[in-house]
Amino acid sequence: MTRTLLRRLALSIPLLFVVTILTFVVTGLTPGGAAETILGTSATSAKIAALNQQLGLNQPVYLQYGHWLEHAVHGNLGTSVLTGESVTTILGHALPVTLSLIVGAVIVAVVIGIPLGVFSARRARSGGQVVDAVSLVGFALPNFFLGLMLGYVFSNVLNWFPASGFTPLTQSFTGWLSSIALPVVTIALPGAAMIARQTRQGMLDVLGRDYIRSLRARGLPERSVIYKHALRNALGNVVTQLGIYIVGLLLATTLVENVFAMQGVGTVAVSATSEHDLPVLEGAALYFTVVVVIAFVLVDLARAWLNPKLRRSH
Amino acid sequence: MMTTSRPADGPSAADPPAASPLLEFKALTVDYRGPDRKPHRAVDNVSFSIGRGETVGLVGESGSGKTTIGATAVGLAPAAGGVIRFDGEDITRTSTARRRQLSARLQIIFQDPYSSLDPLRTVGRTLMEPLLLHRGNSRGEAGTGVSAMLRRVGLDPSAASRYPAAFSGGQRQRIAIARALMVSPELVICDEAVSALDLSVQAQVLNLLLGLQEEYRISYLFISHDLSVVRHMSDRIVVLYRGQTMEIGDSESVHDHPSHPYTQALLSASPIPSPRAQARQRERLKLALRPARPAATTAFCRFASRCPFATEICEQQAPALVPGPTGADVACHHVAEAVARATV
Amino acid sequence: MTVPLAAAGKPHARPRLSPLAIVAMVVLAVLILAAIFAPLIAPYNPIAENLSAAYQGPSAHHLLGTDEFGRDLLSRIIYGGRVSLLGVAEATGLFVLIGLPLGLLAGYFGGVLESAISLIAEVSFALPQIIVVLAVLALVPDSTASAMIVLGVLGAPALAVFISGAVKSVRAELYISAARVTGLRPGRIIVRHVVPAIVSPLIVQVSLFAGVALLFQTGLDFLGLGTQPPQPSWGSMVADGATYLGRDLWMVLPPGLVIILAVMSFGLIGDALQDARADRRRTTTAGARRRAPAIRPLSSARDQLTVPADAALTVRGLSAETTGASPAAIVEDVSFSVRAGGCLGIVGESGCGKTMTVMAMMGLLPEGVRTTAGQILFQGQDLRTCTPRQYSQVRGSGIAMISQEPVANLDPSFTVGHQITEVVRHHGGLSRRQARARMIELLEQVQLPDPGATARRYPHQLSGGMAQRALIAIALAANPAVLIADEPTTALDVTVQAEILDLLRRLREQTGLAVILVSHDWGVIADACDAAIVMYAGEVVEEAGIDDVFDQPRHPYSYELMAANPRYANQPRTPLPSIKGTVPAVGEWPDGCRFAERCRFAAAECRAAEISLDPVADGHWSRCLRNTEVPQLKLENA
Repeated sequence: MTRTLLRRLALSIPLLFVVTILTFVVTGLTPGGAAETILGTSATSAKIAALNQQLGLNQPVYLQYGHWLEHAVHGNLGTSVLTGESVTTILGHALPVTLSLIVGAVIVAVVIGIPLGVFSARRARSGGQVVDAVSLVGFALPNFFLGLMLGYVFSNVLNWFPASGFTPLTQSFTGWLSSIALPVVTIALPGAAMIARQTRQGMLDVLGRDYIRSLRARGLPERSVIYKHALRNALGNVVTQLGIYIVGLLLATTLVENVFAMQGVGTVAVSATSEHDLPVLEGAALYFTVVVVIAFVLVDLARAWLNPKLRRSH
Repeated sequence: MMTTSRPADGPSAADPPAASPLLEFKALTVDYRGPDRKPHRAVDNVSFSIGRGETVGLVGESGSGKTTIGATAVGLAPAAGGVIRFDGEDITRTSTARRRQLSARLQIIFQDPYSSLDPLRTVGRTLMEPLLLHRGNSRGEAGTGVSAMLRRVGLDPSAASRYPAAFSGGQRQRIAIARALMVSPELVICDEAVSALDLSVQAQVLNLLLGLQEEYRISYLFISHDLSVVRHMSDRIVVLYRGQTMEIGDSESVHDHPSHPYTQALLSASPIPSPRAQARQRERLKLALRPARPAATTAFCRFASRCPFATEICEQQAPALVPGPTGADVACHHVAEAVARATV
Repeated sequence: MTVPLAAAGKPHARPRLSPLAIVAMVVLAVLILAAIFAPLIAPYNPIAENLSAAYQGPSAHHLLGTDEFGRDLLSRIIYGGRVSLLGVAEATGLFVLIGLPLGLLAGYFGGVLESAISLIAEVSFALPQIIVVLAVLALVPDSTASAMIVLGVLGAPALAVFISGAVKSVRAELYISAARVTGLRPGRIIVRHVVPAIVSPLIVQVSLFAGVALLFQTGLDFLGLGTQPPQPSWGSMVADGATYLGRDLWMVLPPGLVIILAVMSFGLIGDALQDARADRRRTTTAGARRRAPAIRPLSSARDQLTVPADAALTVRGLSAETTGASPAAIVEDVSFSVRAGGCLGIVGESGCGKTMTVMAMMGLLPEGVRTTAGQILFQGQDLRTCTPRQYSQVRGSGIAMISQEPVANLDPSFTVGHQITEVVRHHGGLSRRQARARMIELLEQVQLPDPGATARRYPHQLSGGMAQRALIAIALAANPAVLIADEPTTALDVTVQAEILDLLRRLREQTGLAVILVSHDWGVIADACDAAIVMYAGEVVEEAGIDDVFDQPRHPYSYELMAANPRYANQPRTPLPSIKGTVPAVGEWPDGCRFAERCRFAAAECRAAEISLDPVADGHWSRCLRNTEVPQLKLENA
């Protein structure tokens, strides 16, 4: 297990570098630049040059990156060129939003998806059609559209949930739950559909194997055959898919944050892009990448736990 | 490192009785990377050859290297050392172009009839391919050739328009044989060609192979784990264990009067379809094998860990392949003892 | 089961598309054509404002209504398709252009290339695409093309990995080796043999990606990052509609629904192809020619006999057939008995019904097969009358089973030890410690070296012989009275086989275990059994004590089958006596004697009516009218 962990972490270091350097380089190539954005279009080139100098934006890109990295390692991600606020503060408010949505979505997707997949695998033919239909719809629904519709029905019309805004967990538990309920359901439904499908396919594949018949021949109860043995063997692919799902959630959360007017990391990144606020964008890139790294570490560990062949301890 | 055994000087049982051999393996060594990335010697210094019109049987259990030898001969596995010669030409590491030309003369039939035919192509197209490639036939000419060959292997020519999925295992093997024989090769490697077939179908396919051999004067390298099938088909037999040659000789000697302890064990372990005879043989088997210890691969004679006659020298020095008392070549330090015990 | 040539029917068709898939393709074609011919089709100019007509629902003038500026929604959707579909084309194009060749090469050649692709893919999976896209958009603002290109490039490694996997499994097939032996160049092999095999999965992946790309593109537009006003786009139209949702619910629906429709169509193509390609490689099942089930009264004298007193298990008149539209009998009127400590062999070739017979005994017939008659008498009850619940109690503790392919019969996720204790505890209700002690005891009983270490191993770490011993240990865990061994040694080396058969013999002697051994190998039967039945085309054709059946077979099939064994061959390198023809397929069993067509002793009377299984000597039964003519076999070298 430790070997898996180390390998994943080893892969993650270059990943962090790749992402942050890529972001730096690409935005650094922007002709416009933060200075122009701050001063507005009417600014003179002299003023722009002066601000650039002040912000250190006229230095070569690799130097700028070097400075940033140096500070970042010490926990200082700089300040927003627009508002002057510390990047860590900005992201510190945004992160709980994104995390609530991601964690919530994964939990809901798994809790709905896996049982649905198992259930439909046991009723192969009819179960398959239902799951296929549901997963097709889940796949095709744009989450921003679904969010709008759910918001309209459950907030505007029924008034069960707030239409917008995020209530931090520290403030009120029920408030927090009701503020994330609709966004989480929006992004969790496609995930649940995908997981149900993957689980079903995995189960069908496993249930056709020799050892399943052998397990039954041993007189073991059917529920043990299905839930203890078959499911465990079928989950490997599902877990891998979960990792990819989580990466996709970075975009999905950005979209639903927009619909429900929440300020998550994605939303912060989007505004930082149009405002050329490089430090903030860099910080967001870093945070997102860390989230992904953690997710993949957990995925790898889960897969190794499920599948003894993936452990290299012998 | 291991010292390699040298084949005896002078005429040996490893070579065909007549003149120049058609296919020759000299000191062939093949290494293999297991799934755990550890290198593993699949074939260790094996030498023998096959003459024209002759059948040499290659027999051994799993891990003996017999399939690897066949694969190396047709270029499917790389040789780490040694030489393979076909009709005098060194083919150990040839180019793809030369392989193409060779395939008109050297062919192979695989074990699994369900995997050896492209499921997305009709039987006719699969059989036509060698003709188009080597004979430069037109489609029409090739079609006639295909029908003729299908008849020859006992199938109706209408099979050409069907897909492999429509046929049983035995029928697919016939198609595989047809494919191998389309351009009248001189040597065909039969890699466990009948092992996956029912007994009655196996008999039919073996008879077909024998008939074709007589008609076209083909040589066979007949690879199998079944000693009695190998004996039935072969003029000479090579016995392998964990990549090493244990015994080589003509079929009667090796099968009816085995000299090497492993051959004796193999023979004693193959159950006889006769209860009384089998009961007697069971007693012999008890003496033929020690319980297997986990792979003692450091021993020079690979069979030492299971051999009832093994002594220290077996672990320290690889036995040379030398002529034994029955005329077969044997690689064993204790041949005399083994032969004496066997004649009980 | 063997497949007759006749049943194959027409040459293998291309995978058929379901009606839904065809609908999906039509929908996409319509959308694409509408986008291309927008200027010709759209009723209005998409950016033409008409404030007096704002916020209208569907009407005769505006089929899909208008937006906040009075612009016709239908026209805007048609024009909006241009942006979105073009974006999808850009992303998907790069996805395939980069991913496919890389995947083909990596999968076919493996090695460094494959590892490199794998590594790149792992990194790219983890890349937060949104950040990269945002960075690119910061560079080239409002450029949908740039964003979609980036998406395609970022997604390509995933396709490469998928294709690489598919290619690897095709490459492992022997027909690729055959092509290599023929000396075909790799390029030729890839094009001719590999690509056709991966076309279907490729299309599935591409259409799924197209769907994802469309969602991505519309999402970007929704955030205001791609297409800018007044250029219409589906995503920005949804965003507009969102702003005015309170006032006009309708505005947001047409663009939203069109997106759903388009993505669903992409998804359906993927789905439909996935299902259609499933069976290209499977053998066709035997023709479902209906055969009126012969009314066979329990006429065999065999069945009238009372159950022997020392019988551990007795089967009487067991019959089974396939379910469904045209049921076909696969086992007919099979009877036998095995005593405690004895071993009964069931001999036959593929398709004779021996495996189905033992499955029926275990109550583990696959879906599509059921028993129709007979009794399975075990410990005073007829198992055929059991409920599934009762049956599951009998399994393991009453009757146990081991099969071919030992490693595949063990759950790969659990250790050997766990799989034994699991059974012990389920049937015996022992504590953990007691179960563990019993587990070690069992491992010793099957002579596995170092039981403690072996118990900690996983199935993939075992050799075939060790795995089979482990399975025997599991089978013994609940002290069954009967062990069914279905071709237990077929996949094992002959020296290992001898050990396993020896183990079974010892277990019979030590514990009085009754064994039913199914095999196609006469040598195995001769070694392990004290009685045997021979099955052909679903029936028992001969039954006798082991010495009797070998000394004097009394059915032509038994005789021919033994004679076909090279061990009995008179002279090497001469043709073996072989049985002409092939086994009749299920559903095509002839009337009268089923072996008559292939039998050298057959006469007219053999084909006239059903033959019953009759006693021909003491304890010897045969289903043959000419049984006295069957010769003896002499084994040359005993």
